[in-house]
Amino acid sequence: MNITETIEPIRLSAPVAPSALPSWLRTAWRGFVNHVLPPLLVIGLLVLVWEMLGSRPGASLPAPSRVIEDTWELILHPFYNNGGNDVGLAWQLLASLQRVAYGYSLAVVAGISLGVLVGQSTWALRGLDPLFQVLRTVPPLAWLPISLAGFQDGNPSAIFVIFITSIWPIIINTSIGIRNIPEDYRNVARVIRLNSIEYFIKIMLPAAAPFIFSGLRIGVGLSWLAIIAAEMLIGGVGIGFFIWDAWNSSRISDIILALIYVGLIGFLLDRLVAWIGRAVTHGTSAS
Amino acid sequence: MSNAYLTLSRVDMTFTGNNGVVNPVLRGIDLKVQCGEFISLIGHSGCGKSTVLNIVAGLLRASAGGVIVDGREVNAPGPDRAVVFQNHSLLPWLTVYQNVEIAVVKIFGNSKTAAERKAWILHNLDMVNMSHALHQLPSEISGGMKQRVGIARALAMEPKVLLLDEPFGALDALTRAHLQDEVIRIQGELGNTVMMITHDVDEAVLLSDRVVMMTNGPAATIGQILNVPLERPRNRIALAENPVYNHCRQEILTFLYEKQRKVELITTARQAQGKASKPQAALKA
Repeated sequence: MNITETIEPIRLSAPVAPSALPSWLRTAWRGFVNHVLPPLLVIGLLVLVWEMLGSRPGASLPAPSRVIEDTWELILHPFYNNGGNDVGLAWQLLASLQRVAYGYSLAVVAGISLGVLVGQSTWALRGLDPLFQVLRTVPPLAWLPISLAGFQDGNPSAIFVIFITSIWPIIINTSIGIRNIPEDYRNVARVIRLNSIEYFIKIMLPAAAPFIFSGLRIGVGLSWLAIIAAEMLIGGVGIGFFIWDAWNSSRISDIILALIYVGLIGFLLDRLVAWIGRAVTHGTSAS
Repeated sequence: MSNAYLTLSRVDMTFTGNNGVVNPVLRGIDLKVQCGEFISLIGHSGCGKSTVLNIVAGLLRASAGGVIVDGREVNAPGPDRAVVFQNHSLLPWLTVYQNVEIAVVKIFGNSKTAAERKAWILHNLDMVNMSHALHQLPSEISGGMKQRVGIARALAMEPKVLLLDEPFGALDALTRAHLQDEVIRIQGELGNTVMMITHDVDEAVLLSDRVVMMTNGPAATIGQILNVPLERPRNRIALAENPVYNHCRQEILTFLYEKQRKVELITTARQAQGKASKPQAALKA
């Protein structure tokens, strides 16, 4: 038999001396360069283009410099309160968020319950699914007149509009999650003889959780969309009404500022639900 | 022998499809297993081995005939016939410890104290050498480790009959060898009655006391039962040159590949080339 020869290891050149910066600073710098700098540059470029276009004489939309100049008071004092509808932007946003909170919570409870029912029972699926498929195509604002007629008041109508807009993705995703539980989990439950309630709590809900949270994430986005539109029509304190009022008073800069805030809040809501979902499902989600 | 621990008696299984097509999977399965015996079920793909196991487990109801375990008829699943599934079936949101715990708490909630249950779970995980990974999620451990946890969960149920459904089919050859050695060791310590399904002839001869060979479907039945008179504990390297071991292997291979070979396009090809096909050996009575 041949004896294999030991191979001499190849000596690499001396390793690079570590830089004088501490490691956390290096990680932070790398993170900045990779994730913060690119969008910053792109946004900076777009703002520059906008500035050039908006500074032309006769431009219909104000340039960013003009927007900041006009809305400086609003940016500095988000919590001012002059009574009635004349309140700071933070109060407007909080009022809208409160309506979203009510409507969305109702949608979560009703949506998950209906989703579980439809997922578990083929008969319920056959009965309710056509209704869901038709109703979910109705745009949010189309629900407003009928809810106003029913509730005779702006606030509950707005909450109903949020409820009816955000419930559909929750129902559909929950029912898919329930239906897609692997047969193996069912067999494990049968061998250890779990009863129906234990099976529901210990296996069905955790297994369907990733799907449920996808539905919740879509739902929260739709809620935020719906409330802005609904508030434009019903008035009162709220960011949607603020935008509509600013349009009627030709305060375009205020509209642009409000849009930026609306976008940021929507982004944060989505991230919040995603974070909660990740924490609850221990990172075992399908996404 | 009327004092068999596990008896399958004239078990038939027929599936009826949605369009009314009747599919006879099993016909007349008769098998008696003694307490503490290790039986392997081997046969070509699709011959109904998993169906037999599922009927013993109670996950399926036989169309005719019955299964008796320790004097009681089987008609529902239960922890006395614990199953180790081919794809481990661990719940992905629970840690290794919690996966075994969910079974132990359900089964021994009333009969053992919390401290006893905890000790029992740790004992079983130690039995399969998984004590180092108690708080890891299934996504963080390898396939072999997941299957060990599956075995620990089944053992923790203190089953009368342990059912293994191709437990190592999804693993690579080296991990399979490690786990087979673990099963030999556990079997030596606990002496459970075990029924295992496998495709691997070497695995069947190495682990079992008897090998049950099934004919091809449809309407598959037990073709031949081979006794494996090798002493325990068994060492795979020493057995590689053992004549009894090789004879057992040859018997099984003969059954599978000559007596029960799947006659498909191979025969047509051979006939086209003018080769004479091997004569079918007569089946043992």
